[in-house]
Amino acid sequence: MRMLRAGRWITAVALVLLAGVYVRALAYTPIEQSQGLAQKIFYLHVPAAIWAEMAMILVGLSSVFYLFTKDPRLDRFAAASAEVGTIFCAIVLTTGPIWGKPIWGTWWTWDARLTFTLFLFLLYIGYLLLRGAIPDPAMRARYAAVLGICGMCEVPFIHLSVYMFPTLHPMPIVLKPGAPSLPGSMLLTWALSLGVFTLLYVGFVVQRYALSYLREQLEAAGEVGHA
Amino acid sequence: MRLPDLLRHAWTVASKDLLVEFRSRTAILSAAVFVVLVLVVFNFGRDPTAVSNVDLAPSILWVTFTFAAILALNRAFQLELENQALDGLLLAPIDRGSIYLGKLMANLVFVATIEVIGVPLLALFFNVRVLPYLGPLVAIIALATVGFVAVGTLFSAMTVRTRFAELLLPVLLLPFMIPPLSWAVLATGRLLADRPLSEIAGWLNMLAVYDIVFVTLALLLFPATVNE
Amino acid sequence: MLQAEGLRHSFGAVKALDDVSFSVQAGQTLAVFGPNGAGKTTLLRVLAGLIQPQRGRAHVDGGRRAIGWIGHQPQLYAQLTVRENLRFWASLYDVQLPAELLPRLGLEEHADRAVRALSRGLVQRVAIARALVQDPTVLLLDEPFTGLDRVAAESLSRLLAHHAAAGRASVLVTHNVEEGTGLATHVAFMRAGRFVDLAPRAGRGAQQVGEDYRNAIA
Repeated sequence: MRMLRAGRWITAVALVLLAGVYVRALAYTPIEQSQGLAQKIFYLHVPAAIWAEMAMILVGLSSVFYLFTKDPRLDRFAAASAEVGTIFCAIVLTTGPIWGKPIWGTWWTWDARLTFTLFLFLLYIGYLLLRGAIPDPAMRARYAAVLGICGMCEVPFIHLSVYMFPTLHPMPIVLKPGAPSLPGSMLLTWALSLGVFTLLYVGFVVQRYALSYLREQLEAAGEVGHA
Repeated sequence: MRLPDLLRHAWTVASKDLLVEFRSRTAILSAAVFVVLVLVVFNFGRDPTAVSNVDLAPSILWVTFTFAAILALNRAFQLELENQALDGLLLAPIDRGSIYLGKLMANLVFVATIEVIGVPLLALFFNVRVLPYLGPLVAIIALATVGFVAVGTLFSAMTVRTRFAELLLPVLLLPFMIPPLSWAVLATGRLLADRPLSEIAGWLNMLAVYDIVFVTLALLLFPATVNE
Repeated sequence: MLQAEGLRHSFGAVKALDDVSFSVQAGQTLAVFGPNGAGKTTLLRVLAGLIQPQRGRAHVDGGRRAIGWIGHQPQLYAQLTVRENLRFWASLYDVQLPAELLPRLGLEEHADRAVRALSRGLVQRVAIARALVQDPTVLLLDEPFTGLDRVAAESLSRLLAHHAAAGRASVLVTHNVEEGTGLATHVAFMRAGRFVDLAPRAGRGAQQVGEDYRNAIA
């Protein structure tokens, strides 16, 4: 219960900070020359995309450790991380087209990074569907771990396959070899936003983790009740 | 467990599966009919004046193989659950890897049969010249098939024990099929367009890497799907 | 030949095994009686190594190779013939199909028929033959008499007696006291994942054991 409250607090703080980042982004960060205001969405879009992918890698890593230790906490974490990853993918898939319409003139394009996120989203959906289809917790944890590890190993291959198609997507400007090619104030806003999203990820995961723990406790209590 | 034992037991499992399939022949026959039907549907679902056959053929071929393979994959472990024969396999003094490899081999033979039917039909229905490129085409098909059947066999060991197995397997598997599928389509397209072989070498390498990674991964992970 | 120490296992909130310990020596047959859901099948699956218990340890001398399993499902492939099925299972143990196995269970004339064409009683006999292909020293039997015809039940009883006389061990779980008692040297009652009572049968007949069973699980 304490954990749930902590998760709510972290999330609330992160949301307030996110609003702060946007005030900074809109009022105090220069407007990008060629893209205009639409570029502002970048501070939401890119950190969400980074954490959507990170979440899958964390699902995979905790799954590896789960199979060795069979510690239910790792399984709960993997499930929480996958749920949050799904939400972040949804953010990316919503903000992408909103930015794409004014800049590219089309809502959707089979651009490499957008396609990548779509596959990631489908991976997450499959993972959550598999979890939902298995009633026995131990079996659910094992199967989910197998799928989670495969999902993590799939990530580089999706990168390889989608990046071979010609793209309209802006090239990476921050996470690339060499120095970031971004004015200092934009970079700072972006870095702040990434920090806020990290906090948001932690807050969401802690909440989902606490909730699934409470659900398990309730199930156990229910059993004691009718025995 | 020694490698020769692993492979010998795997072959025992696979040949049993194939014998069972040979006895009933229902699965392979329905898959073959399915391939024919999909190819026929494709013929009516396109405008022949807009896109030339050679441009469309790789997509048709791979979409057909994808769906036919998915139909076939659930069969392997369904067979073991019917009379709880899986318990017998797990109880036998053989490595878990043998069971997986056996299922993989049987599935590969099964999907290969579908593909052997599919390629000539594609050549026939869509008037595509296949014979001059047969060697490299077989290489592409073999490399791509091993990859997605390896993942599919692993996943089907899990999905058969859930409700909605027939629906869940494609939902889990399709995102994993897309990398090998997209490389196979690109490579097949270059090949049928009579481009030099050096252009497709890159795709073949990637398919091979995918195969190695996912066959290894599936061998390591399979025990977790059957050990309670 | 078989030891279980402090076995515990639950499925979600359901405790299937709750601190179960016992051992079975050569020549002994342990019959475990319990109502449905008492954890009997889980117990056998843990002994066979099909389930890794969450706590405790199960050990069978000779490992997996030594275990013969007869469950309520026959573990046969319906499309294959009797001989093909038995050959397949024998080859997993790297042994030849013993020549005397088919005659012993009266299956000679059915050897080349597909399992799906056999009556239920015959299928059960094939399932028994299947469990014996590698000449196991420990038999684990899950409701083995369910669905058996008279001939098959008799040959199973004979076979178990023979098995025990050869100094080998068996564990038999069932909810039917009538069927299990005659063969048992030891009797245990199981309720909600626990062994309520484990004792030598000591001459008790089915009626007496049945009465003890009702008292034990009441």
